[in-house]
Amino acid sequence: MSTPLLEVKNLTTRFRTERGELTAVDDVSFSVAPGQTLAIVGESGSGKSVTALSLMRLIPDPPGRITAGQILFEGQDLLQLTDAQMRSIRGDRIAMIFQEPMSSLNPSLTVGMQIAEPVNLHRKMPWTQAFEVAKGLLDKVRIPDAASRLQTWPHQYSGGMRQRTMIAMALACQPKLIIADEPTTALDVTVQAQILDLLKELTRETGAALILITHDLGVVARYADHVAVMYGGRIVEQAEAGALYANPRHPYTRGLLASIPRLDSPAGQRLVPITGQPPDLARLPPGCAFAPRCQHADAQCSASRPLLRTLEPGHLAACHHDHAIDASPAATQAA
Amino acid sequence: MATHDTMTDAKPDTPPLLQVEDLKVHFPLPATGLLRKSAGAVKAVDGVSFRLAAGQTLGLVGESGCGKSTTGLAVLRMQPVTSGRVIFEGADITAQQARTGTFRRRMQMVYQDPYGSLNPRMKVRDLVGEPLQVHGMDKNPGEYRDRVASLLKTVGLLPDMADRYPHEFSGGQRQRIGIARALALEPSLIICDEPVSALDVSIQAQVVNVLQELQERLGLAYLFIAHDLAVVRHLSHRVAVMYLGRIVEIASRDELYRAPLHPYTQALLSAVPVADPVVERARQRIVVQGEVPSALKPPPGCRFHTRCPQAMAKCRTDDPPLQDLGHLGEGRAVACHLHTVSGSIPLKVAA
Repeated sequence: MSTPLLEVKNLTTRFRTERGELTAVDDVSFSVAPGQTLAIVGESGSGKSVTALSLMRLIPDPPGRITAGQILFEGQDLLQLTDAQMRSIRGDRIAMIFQEPMSSLNPSLTVGMQIAEPVNLHRKMPWTQAFEVAKGLLDKVRIPDAASRLQTWPHQYSGGMRQRTMIAMALACQPKLIIADEPTTALDVTVQAQILDLLKELTRETGAALILITHDLGVVARYADHVAVMYGGRIVEQAEAGALYANPRHPYTRGLLASIPRLDSPAGQRLVPITGQPPDLARLPPGCAFAPRCQHADAQCSASRPLLRTLEPGHLAACHHDHAIDASPAATQAA
Repeated sequence: MATHDTMTDAKPDTPPLLQVEDLKVHFPLPATGLLRKSAGAVKAVDGVSFRLAAGQTLGLVGESGCGKSTTGLAVLRMQPVTSGRVIFEGADITAQQARTGTFRRRMQMVYQDPYGSLNPRMKVRDLVGEPLQVHGMDKNPGEYRDRVASLLKTVGLLPDMADRYPHEFSGGQRQRIGIARALALEPSLIICDEPVSALDVSIQAQVVNVLQELQERLGLAYLFIAHDLAVVRHLSHRVAVMYLGRIVEIASRDELYRAPLHPYTQALLSAVPVADPVVERARQRIVVQGEVPSALKPPPGCRFHTRCPQAMAKCRTDDPPLQDLGHLGEGRAVACHLHTVSGSIPLKVAA
């Protein structure tokens, strides 16, 4: 593999809360190569969004703090940069697309202004020229009649158009890396498909890397090259997308795949739910966070935390039993 | 408009549990301007008809703003109806109201948000037992206690949870409490409005299974309103697809998912990703352009023509009625000019 664009090593982010200190992201490592899409998948509280915010150094401090690790972007550790240096990277070489397009757009600035701003700021381009760039970007994200749209306001846009605007803003300075945190969760399914197709196409065109944060295993299957599955603040399984679905190794990944109904699964068959509920980060068990819900759990699982280990080249899982569990894709067949 | 009265969900001689006929729910806009001219109305539900047999599930799918939730509320009589009829257990309940209607013992609702729909200051015992109290069925304290305990057991909760408050429960457990509450009066129909969409992925299956088990055990019928087509497929016997206030296609589950006829149904199914990269790579996808137009000013002709990859000249002017296409499957009906009783026009092949 070529040198990764982004290499995250042992990232740990902790929050001080009323109920004590909790580790939202715990010793997380992964890398993304140019032009690739990495999906970080998990449920609420798994740490996927905090991971995204940590990469951008947007963790509110206090109560949060990145306590350990390295975020090597083009070989440079973002955690060593000053705030001013970080600001010059944000929105320029690394851009972020948030889940809620309404609250991430400024309602009191025109759409054109918001798209032109990063160009003006980072490229030191005069506003008139920056507006030209903004017009081109609106065209690119297929907002019809771009020239006259520059003077419109976010409230005049539908959800899908707002998210297109967010993508236009993110693309403004031709970033090397785009982080999209649940970019289509608030949107209808036909619009979701349009937006993700567009994002994928544009990253392919520019060779940018994409980190896609989602809870939707269907979206991951359609758009991701690599997948990291998070649970209780940790990555529990990491693999190339095809390998993860063909042969999920962690019981949590298998459980998830078995518990979701699919459009092509035999209808009427009972789903196999994961019992129990996702862990409370403030009260994580001492051993494996998934142990209380895992049918394979034994004394070792509740006593010690399994480390993320390489099972096959490129396929990692954090489970004490990964060799004991039958490696056949039984879980996917049941789904 | 051609009707589909012949459409049967059950044996012809059994009347359906629920029958909705040409239901319209319009929200008038406030009059504006000097002359107080009426500004028209949002036609949230605009001529919806369907039948639901006892013990069966009808899935109602569509994107936001298609009118599926309003349809559910109108059936429950929690929403005034502009015109049309709602017939439940053989009686016309259109003129009744949710608060006073006697039918409400037999028709209950499970809501989307398990956090907002349970009063945080009430104990689980009272949340689940409130319907019994309202109907004066709590006179014998011992019986009442037993009834609440058995309801909790029915949905997979422990009877001793009755003395706790909602905040002590997770989302999935709260949704079970909501289901137990809906079951208290032994209804024959439960309207489920997005009952699992607020839950975490790993929890959804638990609630889906509870709903399925209850149907098998108690013979409940569900009007299952959701946007998740995979969940709807999993739970429904029949499925109706809505677009801008209308049903555009209704069919048995297997027929609708195997061979969708309406271009909107095809696009909707095509947009849903399947959790398998191999399947995804092999799939032929139909992508529709644009977004759902405003219900304030639905397009003339077929409401879907502005986004339809198959649109013809006729579609821009003539509103296609929902036509019974019995030759393509029992109780199958489609509102599309491509498909009529006399046959189907072959689809344009994408370039």
